[in-house]
Amino acid sequence: MSEIFTTAVLVAVVASAIRLAVPLLLAALGETFGQRSGVLNLGVDGIMLLGAFAGYYAVLKTGDVWLGLLSGAVVGFVLGLASAVIAVTLKAEQGISGIGVYLFGLGMSDLLFQKLVGTPIPIETFPPVRIPFLVDIPLIGDMFFRHSLVVYLAFAAIPLATFIINKTTFGMNIRAAGEYPEAADTLGVSISRVRYATEIIGGTLAGIAGAVLAISLGIFQQNLTNGAGFIAIALVYFGAWRPTGIMLGALLFGFVNALVLELKTLEIIPRDLSNLFAMAPALITILALVFVARRFQPPAALTKPFTRGK
Amino acid sequence: MTNGLSPRQRRGLAYSIPVLAVVAALIFGAVMLVLLGANPIEAYVEMFKGAFGSADALIATILKATPLLFVGVGIVIAFRAGVINIGAEGQMVLGGLFATMAALYLPEMPSIIMIPVVLIAGIAGGALWGWIPGALKAYYRVNEILSTIMLNIVAVQLMSYLLRGPLIDPAEIERGTRIPQTERLAPSADLPLIFGSDRLHIGPVLAILSAIAAYYLLWRTPLGYRLRAVGLSEDAAKYAGIPVRRTIALALTLSGALAGLAGAVLVFGSESHRMVTDGSTLGFTGGAGFNGIVAALLGGLHPLWTIPASFLFGGLIVGGQALQRAVQVPSALIIALNGLVVIFVVAADRYRAKLLAVDEWDEQTVEGDDAPGEGDLAALGSVQDHGPDGSGGVDPEEPA
Amino acid sequence: MKKRSTKLAVLIAVVALIAAACSSGGDEAASADFRIAIVAPSASNDLAFTQSIVDAANKLKADGIIGEVAVTDGTFVVDDAAVAIRDYASQGYDLVIAHGSQYGGSLQEIAPDFPDTSFAWGTSADTFGLPNVYSYEAASDQGGQVMGIMAAALSKTGKIGIVGPIEVGDAKLYVDGFKQGVLFYKPNADVTINYIDSFSDVALASEAAQSLIGAGADVLSGTAQMVVGAVGVAKSEGVLWFGTQANQTSLAPEIVVASQVYHWEVILEEMINNVKDGKLGGELYSITFANDGLVIEYNDGFDLPADVKELAENAIKSMKANG
Repeated sequence: MSEIFTTAVLVAVVASAIRLAVPLLLAALGETFGQRSGVLNLGVDGIMLLGAFAGYYAVLKTGDVWLGLLSGAVVGFVLGLASAVIAVTLKAEQGISGIGVYLFGLGMSDLLFQKLVGTPIPIETFPPVRIPFLVDIPLIGDMFFRHSLVVYLAFAAIPLATFIINKTTFGMNIRAAGEYPEAADTLGVSISRVRYATEIIGGTLAGIAGAVLAISLGIFQQNLTNGAGFIAIALVYFGAWRPTGIMLGALLFGFVNALVLELKTLEIIPRDLSNLFAMAPALITILALVFVARRFQPPAALTKPFTRGK
Repeated sequence: MTNGLSPRQRRGLAYSIPVLAVVAALIFGAVMLVLLGANPIEAYVEMFKGAFGSADALIATILKATPLLFVGVGIVIAFRAGVINIGAEGQMVLGGLFATMAALYLPEMPSIIMIPVVLIAGIAGGALWGWIPGALKAYYRVNEILSTIMLNIVAVQLMSYLLRGPLIDPAEIERGTRIPQTERLAPSADLPLIFGSDRLHIGPVLAILSAIAAYYLLWRTPLGYRLRAVGLSEDAAKYAGIPVRRTIALALTLSGALAGLAGAVLVFGSESHRMVTDGSTLGFTGGAGFNGIVAALLGGLHPLWTIPASFLFGGLIVGGQALQRAVQVPSALIIALNGLVVIFVVAADRYRAKLLAVDEWDEQTVEGDDAPGEGDLAALGSVQDHGPDGSGGVDPEEPA
Repeated sequence: MKKRSTKLAVLIAVVALIAAACSSGGDEAASADFRIAIVAPSASNDLAFTQSIVDAANKLKADGIIGEVAVTDGTFVVDDAAVAIRDYASQGYDLVIAHGSQYGGSLQEIAPDFPDTSFAWGTSADTFGLPNVYSYEAASDQGGQVMGIMAAALSKTGKIGIVGPIEVGDAKLYVDGFKQGVLFYKPNADVTINYIDSFSDVALASEAAQSLIGAGADVLSGTAQMVVGAVGVAKSEGVLWFGTQANQTSLAPEIVVASQVYHWEVILEEMINNVKDGKLGGELYSITFANDGLVIEYNDGFDLPADVKELAENAIKSMKANG
């Protein structure tokens, strides 16, 4: 294991980066819809945790991974709706109400797990899907074309999200609600309806992201996400509110994590210093945030509840 | 809906909202307890006894409330300046680390010098970890919520690195057990015990003093005026000649400093009198960085109200742990209830602001709701300040 | 419910006193009155560190050796653990177990305040010279060595991977032992250790396992509660797994070869007898193969070649012989 940058290592790191990126990507895409319409949902991690438990529990009981995914989506939908009630109708301070949703999800998912399951029992995981022909391409095949179906679907969601946001009426309304809600309102766009829709999309995707995480790992545990939801929110800023940018952010984050892990496996990083290297993803994110913040503006109405006639 | 009420009734209702939020969360908790097969009344009696039922319980509650109060007061200061500080977890860690290093590396000194020195070191550590996101926000427009989340991750790895490496107890290396903890820190840095207790130290007193100081700072000094002005409207503040950027950076620095002090108090007031980690922030802070936000909210984002709010919330946490011991209900339930308290308080806040604002504030404000930063919650404090009797003070209708 | 159990306890205590006064066989009745409290960092059903001690105490209860077991689990906040330890001590529990090496510093301060209560602290090898503190540890390196030998014998690639949490305490002991075992059997084998710097990040543990498998490892092991993620990867990649701290066969019956299981009850029983005799602490205990505190539990569903099993059994035998 002395050859350091062998192609095998590269393949492993890239494949690992993609796997690590997928839950982040899904949750961040969902959060993008909310933020583009002017709502910051800080509770993503809590929704992910409850979605993860729902997905895990459904698979445990039925053995059907797709039913698990659906359960995560349903739980996410409900929590997205609840977040919308809190943020849009009750006009709560978004920087804080999300912390409440997070704590609720953190406690509730653990409580449900301890009472309904107890000991960690492994479940079915997503079967890998080898894309015919492409999987046979040397290197590329192993990196990109032997993942599970959800991985491909997650990446397929990126152009879809870009299309919805940029090319559809709904997307136009989302952007209007996020940039100039007063003007949009006078043109007859229901700001609250748009924001309800984006919060529900965000919640559903966060629930799915959690379920994907649990079903990919085949296990549930207290605080399974380990803060992934918060990273996803950071990635939305990182990607400057654009799905493609978010994908790059998620992949970079996954890549740095996977690389650090690989360098530890190869014993290139001394064990005494490994904690310092484990900071790398967070530090890189901060630097990227500085970079992005210089060039891009967040949606003008982000975190500002809308009241007609003001 | 509010129209039929007298101003006094309205204020009473407004002040009781946090309490109602806690009650609502506890009702939800009761339903959960029934579903879990526990008797909710018995459970809540155990919880109350565990939090307030004996001298030991009260002391545990007060000690649990201490970091919540420090952090909560810091949250209030940042919030008044329109900044949200989610980074108290990391700031507490840095405070603990700086204070620990001071105790480890400084020569033996008498307590009267040692204690202030290590606490100031803790303040410095937290202030540094608050200044970074503050400066990033002020000068590079980096959202402080995100940078503080990232800095929390950095802080926990830094803690693991230092406690496994440079700061580790030499005895741990000798024995080969390598528990990531320092040696017992110099006894001269132990926080003095008060009231003849074997546990109750001066930390809670310092926390209460810091709340009073913050009140004084925010409403009796030019700096406090500047902080609040920036929180109400950056544009107006700029127009008034206030250095907005510097003020924002300062707000997070102050907020971090208080969290850092909380971290130092945790180290020198702990049973073990040393810093030890399980590789997570929560293992050190007990989640006080987040729960302090809840305490600040319960206290209506007013430094003095945060005192009883922290006490109440500390009781909820300590009681929750007693609940687990008494009826074997997972303490996860309490975390979920904490979340609900936050949601209910924030969700009701706009209504509460309306109750308070109708007769006292609306006429005075130019910017109203749409002030950049967080309009209503910030406006609320000013209401209390601008009230005829400076009514930030004690209100008999708030049960402590 | 609580009141009733207290009444019952009082009743039993009275009966015990009378029995002790009347006959010499009062010991058994007094046993049912013995109360143990455990404070532990992770969930009591974590299939790992915390479960091992809770299972042990419950077994002693089932055997009628003790009367009550109270558990506060999930206490990863050290100062919260200190509150729980103090609380149990003041409630008059006969033996309060601080099950976490990180609790030692707190126990050192608490124990002197309760000179009539016996405390146990593990995993550790230090009683602070206090007369009412026992310390206990697992010679998990022993089991690590045995399983390392099996791993080396079963590996076809000669590459073996270990996933660890943070390089401390019990985890370090096990990982080091496992590595020694592998190299003992196959000196040119390639053992790669990946400490992921977290006790909780299941996803990272899973990726660490992927990375080890990617580097050619065909046998894996790991320790602490986040390894469930790694076991899952081993299962889906068809790579062999060796478990520790509790029997992990249920996690992946196809690929778990064996688990090193901690039977703390062996030494707990000794401590309890000591406490009953009025000796409240001051001794170090260790579970080993020799005292049957460490047991290798094979997975019956895994077809382990007889010669490999013999290697393991011989290694265990020699360790038993050497104490």
